[in-house]
Amino acid sequence: MIYIFVLAIFTGVEVISRVPTVLHTPLMSGANAIHGIVLIGGVIVLGRAGDNMILFALGFIAVVFGTLNVVGGFVVTDRMLEMFKAKAPTKEKDAK
Amino acid sequence: MIHIILPPAACLLATALPTAEPPSGLQTNIPEAAYLLASLLFIFGLKRLSSPRTARSGNRVAGIGMALALGGTFVLPGMGNFGWIALAIVIGAIPGWLLAKRVKMTAMPQMVSLFNGMGGACAMFISLGEITKWEGAPGGKPSVMAVVAYAFPMLLGIVLGGISFTGSLVAFGKLQGLVSEKPVRWPAQKLINAAVVLCILGAAIGVGGDSTRTAAVLILVALALLLGVLQVLPIGGADMPVVISVLNSCTGLAAAVTGFAMTNMSMIIAGTLVGAAGSLLTVLMCKAMNRSLAKVIFGSFGGAAKGQAAAGASDKTQREIAAPECAIMMGYARKVIIVPGYGLAVAQAQHLVHELDDLLEKRGVEVKYAIHPVAGRMPGHMNVLLAEADVPYPKLLDMEEVNPEFEQADVALIIGANDVVNPAARTEAGSPIYGMPILNADKAKNVIVIKRGRGTGFAGIENSLFYNPNTRMLFGDAKKALQELTTEVKAL
Repeated sequence: MIYIFVLAIFTGVEVISRVPTVLHTPLMSGANAIHGIVLIGGVIVLGRAGDNMILFALGFIAVVFGTLNVVGGFVVTDRMLEMFKAKAPTKEKDAK
Repeated sequence: MIHIILPPAACLLATALPTAEPPSGLQTNIPEAAYLLASLLFIFGLKRLSSPRTARSGNRVAGIGMALALGGTFVLPGMGNFGWIALAIVIGAIPGWLLAKRVKMTAMPQMVSLFNGMGGACAMFISLGEITKWEGAPGGKPSVMAVVAYAFPMLLGIVLGGISFTGSLVAFGKLQGLVSEKPVRWPAQKLINAAVVLCILGAAIGVGGDSTRTAAVLILVALALLLGVLQVLPIGGADMPVVISVLNSCTGLAAAVTGFAMTNMSMIIAGTLVGAAGSLLTVLMCKAMNRSLAKVIFGSFGGAAKGQAAAGASDKTQREIAAPECAIMMGYARKVIIVPGYGLAVAQAQHLVHELDDLLEKRGVEVKYAIHPVAGRMPGHMNVLLAEADVPYPKLLDMEEVNPEFEQADVALIIGANDVVNPAARTEAGSPIYGMPILNADKAKNVIVIKRGRGTGFAGIENSLFYNPNTRMLFGDAKKALQELTTEVKAL
């Protein structure tokens, strides 16, 4: 697991290293959505809670929050990027 | 090319994996394959997010990855409570969707912060849940391995998640104007923070003892939440983008350590990915603002030097100008460079800017936009905003591109920007923003500043540009001022 951890660090750094400033905000937002992966942990806790009320409550709250993070994160990012996408063809045309 | 080939390849891999094992292994293989594929999609998504043309699809790719990972989780062995899971997801998804869809473009940064906080809270609750399970673990004393591989990540998950939760909420409050944007300070700040950190360590050790566990865990949670507030409150609004980025990677790490505790690969990979990418992004942002990360987190913004700069400026005057005169200046100019700032975003005046730009271009005026890397509340904020108003992409110039052009510009029109055009960054060694790369708007033949009032900018620093002999101030809300300007230009 440590290997994976280290490799993921390198991947993260490598993937981001050449990003233009223009995209810092959407990128942060996108990364924000991706760490919504914690949702899965919440689902597992809730899914395996059984009759344990404490686990159930904690898991339930975790899933609610996690979903907020995931859904909100992706939708916000998409809205930000919507504007870039509309611009892309114009950019190419004008460049020629 | 590679991103065309890889997804199908990954699909192949995913379909191949579960069938390679006997069917009895399906329950663990399907999630594993889904996680693997999801992790690949995340990496891809991030990669695509770093180029303007592929960014949107990148976000969607990552979204698909998330859906996959989630789907895979449902098949894990020992899962139940599906109805409740679905209910919780619906409860989270509806407000998340609505908030994200309805929020104004200008409020994006705080939205990101809010959602980030939710992720932090999620990680915290999961770690809490996991820790209650640990109580029931067999055997008296936990082995060293168990502590390193399980307890440590869990505690870290609680602390990081908690900090990220309240920190993000404070950042949200600051940007939303619910909490004072100005740095909030109190005596012995660093000492108190250090004490809280020490107490957290103490509480973490307390978790080890069976009798003290429940109390120690609760104290740990309270302290982590407190630390988040304490850390972010003293930081000024101008540094919020950096703070959000730090908290973002913090949540990423929280997700990763929680993944360690739960031995969930996708959480480790995605969390670490975000943690690493977020850290790098933070560094890049700091570089763009020429601020060291340590200064953002521990230092003050606009402290001592503010007084003397203000004193030096007070004997000079700002020259006001009316819209008709501005319109004449711009209408008969050869080249106008527009410098947008946060004021433009607040006033939602981006469409008006574009209209003015069109009018001027029709009169044969060359119009360019100068985009400072950190103009607005977040890097790229201005690009997004102007893109929304259909301003053609090639007209937006980066700082390096545009700075030599100011000298040939007849008019630099500054709309709601302040610190990014403050010449003090070049000249005054004592200024808190000294050394920050700025837009050389002061080099233009004429400078028109549209500004709401005479107050200082976000960083609380007096701007000597406003007192220059060739600077004219057009006071008023950006929207109103631009409306007047366009009417006047039309009338020319």
